[in-house]
Amino acid sequence: MSSRQGIVSRLKKKKIEEVLAGGKRMDGRSFDQYRDIVINTGVIDKAEGSAECFLGKSRVIVGVKVGLGTPFEDTPDKGVLMCNAEYTPIAHPTFEPGPPDENSIELARVVDRGLRSAEIIDFSKLALVPGKVVQMVHVDIYVINYDGNLIDCSALAAIAALQATKMPVYKVKDGEIELTNKKQDLKLRCMPVAVTFVKIGDQLIVDPSVDEEEVMDMRLTLTLDENNNICTTQKSGSEGLTQEEIKKGINMAVEKAAENRSKITGTD
Amino acid sequence: MSKSKSRRKKKTEWKRYDDRKPEELRTLKIETGVLPNADGSAYIEMGRNKIIVGVFGPREMHPKRFSKPNEAVLRCRYHMAPFSTDPRRSPAPSRRDNEISMVMRYALEPAVFLERYPRSVIDVYAEILQADGGTRTACINAASVALVDAGIPMRDLVASCAAGKMEDNLILDLGDYEDKEGQADVPVAYMPKLEKVTLLQMDGILSTDEFEKCIDMAIEGCKQIYEVQRESLKKKYGVEEKEAEE
Repeated sequence: MSSRQGIVSRLKKKKIEEVLAGGKRMDGRSFDQYRDIVINTGVIDKAEGSAECFLGKSRVIVGVKVGLGTPFEDTPDKGVLMCNAEYTPIAHPTFEPGPPDENSIELARVVDRGLRSAEIIDFSKLALVPGKVVQMVHVDIYVINYDGNLIDCSALAAIAALQATKMPVYKVKDGEIELTNKKQDLKLRCMPVAVTFVKIGDQLIVDPSVDEEEVMDMRLTLTLDENNNICTTQKSGSEGLTQEEIKKGINMAVEKAAENRSKITGTD
Repeated sequence: MSKSKSRRKKKTEWKRYDDRKPEELRTLKIETGVLPNADGSAYIEMGRNKIIVGVFGPREMHPKRFSKPNEAVLRCRYHMAPFSTDPRRSPAPSRRDNEISMVMRYALEPAVFLERYPRSVIDVYAEILQADGGTRTACINAASVALVDAGIPMRDLVASCAAGKMEDNLILDLGDYEDKEGQADVPVAYMPKLEKVTLLQMDGILSTDEFEKCIDMAIEGCKQIYEVQRESLKKKYGVEEKEAEE
């Protein structure tokens, strides 16, 4: 996510680097400190599941809609999970309406990969008539306000929304599908949580703010499940990182993922 | 849109599906200043409708050829979230969305002093998080409050609600079910101080008499909404006034 303004203020970058060299951040946080996280579920009652996540001033709503559709040809006996992200123009003065740009596609795909590769749902249970009809789970990420680090914010909201999802129950008889009045919880097999940090100068910091994202050299997102298996990673930004920095990042991510996961499960 | 045949009328009192009186509005809540990055914003809950409107500007117009040399352009965008309706809807704008964006603009333009900001644009973005019938009227209500919140000079607030007909009864502020199953729907936007109607659409079948009655009902509804709009602004700006007096 390069600069929203097109041009990065050299003064801003210099100032942020100076403050970081002194061991602090512009907003007073420590390098490994997240902003406040608040998660509310059930905010959209027309969706089968929904959640709203505040990360500092960043705000994302995720709605889960469940429908029927045809499975992919290579996985005829499995249901489908799809993630889509919308950068709404109300979220930031520089966001414009229109088809998704590379930033919103990256956001959707990184969150999607985190959920999918962690095999968060037992997809074979979503198949109603294998090869013909399966349940499709749409996870729609709606960015309401942009204040940096949308990936972590969206990933948290997505998990919280999926956890709150009530799936419609179908009866299948001789290939005929009938909708029943029953609802059941969507059983999640794990809780992948994304941790994003950026490199500015020589420093690694978690949960970048807008300004930090604007001047960053490199960004790395690691998604971990509760057994500390890494489910997905994404590096962006036009700067490299050393193996040592990767190791440091992993250690940081393990600690932070557990901390943020407790915000969803409410066990903190 | 299917219009159900009027059922056999009972002598007993007719009831709306949500037990409202014929001329009763749905619950209405408006909150201003909900978006930190927008110049002005408002959140409205009208029945089960949940809508956020953000206003940006006056600012430079891109692309420049759409700007006007004598006044600002009011650019409205009506957009529904994929999870806002019962079956998921595609996030790409539909023909319906484009038309509503346009009528929103025509409803709001008469209230704004556009001539104060030549060559610029005022963007009004309405995001429908949950739809429950009458989204366009709810959008207009929130948008005019958001315009005031952005500090844009206005002639008046624009208030909006619909009236219509269901099972041969004239009703105010149609909900989703009444919108789909009713016989007619007349969305109206109104500037109460200037006494001018800025949005008038209608779909269904009404006699001329009924049509006029619907407009009267809708205007009465708009006047009630106007008070809620003013209260929401006073909530944010009234405090400062007090401080200034002290």
